[in-house]
Amino acid sequence: MSGFSFATQLIYVLAASCFVLGLHLMNTPATARRGNQFSMAGMAIAIATTLALIVHAGVISATGWTVMLVGALIGGGVGLYAARTVQMTAMPQLVSMFNAVGGGAAALVAIHDYIHVAGAAGGVAESTTVFTLLDVIIGSVTFTGSIIAAGKLQGVITSAPVTFPGARAVNLVLGALAVGAGGYVIATPSLLGLWIVVVAALAFGVLMVIPIGGADMPVVISLLNAFTGTAVAMAGFVIGNWALIIAGALVGASGGILTKLMADAMNRSIRNIILGGFGTGDTAVAVLPGAGAGVTAIAADDAAIQLAYAGKVIIVPGYGLAAAQAQHEVAELADELESHGVDVSYAIHPVAGRMPGHMNVLLAEANVPYPLLKEMDDVNPEFARTDVALVIGANDVTNPAARRSGTAISGMPILDVDQAKSIIVIKRSMGHGYAGIDNELYTNPKTSMYFADAKTALGDLTSAVKTLVG
Amino acid sequence: MSTALLTDLVIFVLSLWVGFEVISKVPATLHTPLMSAANSIHGIILVGAMLIAATTNSWIGYVIAFVAAMFASANVVGGYVVTGRMLKMFRKRPTAPAAPAAEAAASRNGQAS
Repeated sequence: MSGFSFATQLIYVLAASCFVLGLHLMNTPATARRGNQFSMAGMAIAIATTLALIVHAGVISATGWTVMLVGALIGGGVGLYAARTVQMTAMPQLVSMFNAVGGGAAALVAIHDYIHVAGAAGGVAESTTVFTLLDVIIGSVTFTGSIIAAGKLQGVITSAPVTFPGARAVNLVLGALAVGAGGYVIATPSLLGLWIVVVAALAFGVLMVIPIGGADMPVVISLLNAFTGTAVAMAGFVIGNWALIIAGALVGASGGILTKLMADAMNRSIRNIILGGFGTGDTAVAVLPGAGAGVTAIAADDAAIQLAYAGKVIIVPGYGLAAAQAQHEVAELADELESHGVDVSYAIHPVAGRMPGHMNVLLAEANVPYPLLKEMDDVNPEFARTDVALVIGANDVTNPAARRSGTAISGMPILDVDQAKSIIVIKRSMGHGYAGIDNELYTNPKTSMYFADAKTALGDLTSAVKTLVG
Repeated sequence: MSTALLTDLVIFVLSLWVGFEVISKVPATLHTPLMSAANSIHGIILVGAMLIAATTNSWIGYVIAFVAAMFASANVVGGYVVTGRMLKMFRKRPTAPAAPAAEAAASRNGQAS
């Protein structure tokens, strides 16, 4: 190893250290911004080192420079535009698209390496071929899978599960094709074989995500994030670059942890999810408001009075709030209540929103200070001394049936909303949540149902508080 | 099995553990920015894309290098910018002067309960 390449490897390790430090500083909201800056510095160091490496090697052609710089400028411009203009409610789509391009780029790096090295004398080492195949498969699956996920989140593709007869058989055929062609490529280097693997993996990515319902998206995005990281690490093995291996492993670990957390919070095993346990959708069956016995309905005025004269209110925002984009309205209501001396805080279930932590970002955007956002384990003991729990568009995560065995959601961690002295639920109808079962909270004598769209209801509540209690 | 491969594997496994250790301490509040930050980090694949552009000499190589460079830099630039944008929104106190009222309410209720 020459002195120069020794130095560049060391600098790559320095860049990777910046990534670790950057992630470490994400431990608290106060230091998180500095963390992002550290990580950015690491990236700048890695890119500058690579430029130095390229200039030092001196084999790059003029076309090579053009291709690299023009590609980077276009991509950077698109990325910058998307990042600047994206709505916070659309964050999951954007993250999913970044997964797609990251996975795609990782697959392309391995494909190119294979083409390049296969053409050279000496051929490819078997161990490298294994990493090439892993990179190509994971990267391609991530590429198409993430595009489908983004399409579902954006509403371009229906968020309802898309299934067709024989889907399982097609998946098996694709899997067999990828494994078979992969085995062949390891035994006898073949570019055609690699392309077959690519096509099978791309098709598999589509089929993996298309049957998944919108409510499962927090798990899917986390999983695809882990995939992208792993693909990048595999690319690092292929081209022998430590920066890629370390950074990819870090991202793989982070995606893995989030996948596990989300799966636990939804009461599903990761195995069940990967093997296609998805299937039921989040599209609630439309039931007429007020249908069902033992349900108390409430109007804006009564609800407003109850809230305004409460000592302590906990707001429980769910998927419905994110879907209605009502984060600003809820913050406004909270401000109004606080000005009447009510102690308001928010109880956030881990899967509230459409990606891990999404609800926190939406509320932060609406100017809610983060100390008011409480995690499930911290807030659950507080419900017993809460006067009113205001549930907005959250369903299964508040269902007390989860505490008993033998229901579809048994064992799922829930918010103990039913412990509050009274409960107001804002919901469009008595429709079922994702799990497709009745929510016992709604028939609880302490519960009043306010049937309306979250955005309208919150606006009406705020003006009712102003006029009635003013 | 070569020493280089063994070294790479050791680095990979240890990095996974470092990742698990560091990331499992991140609070749920920051999970979206965390994922977005992790997203920017996997933009490191840009290094790979640059190295392709530097070594290739065929038209298909240039096409691959171009697409990979485009994808990876969209990932890097977009990832960091959007993470920064999100983190800027996390505030400890509201910017409006509503803070004293909220704190007064909190202490009042603290005494009541």
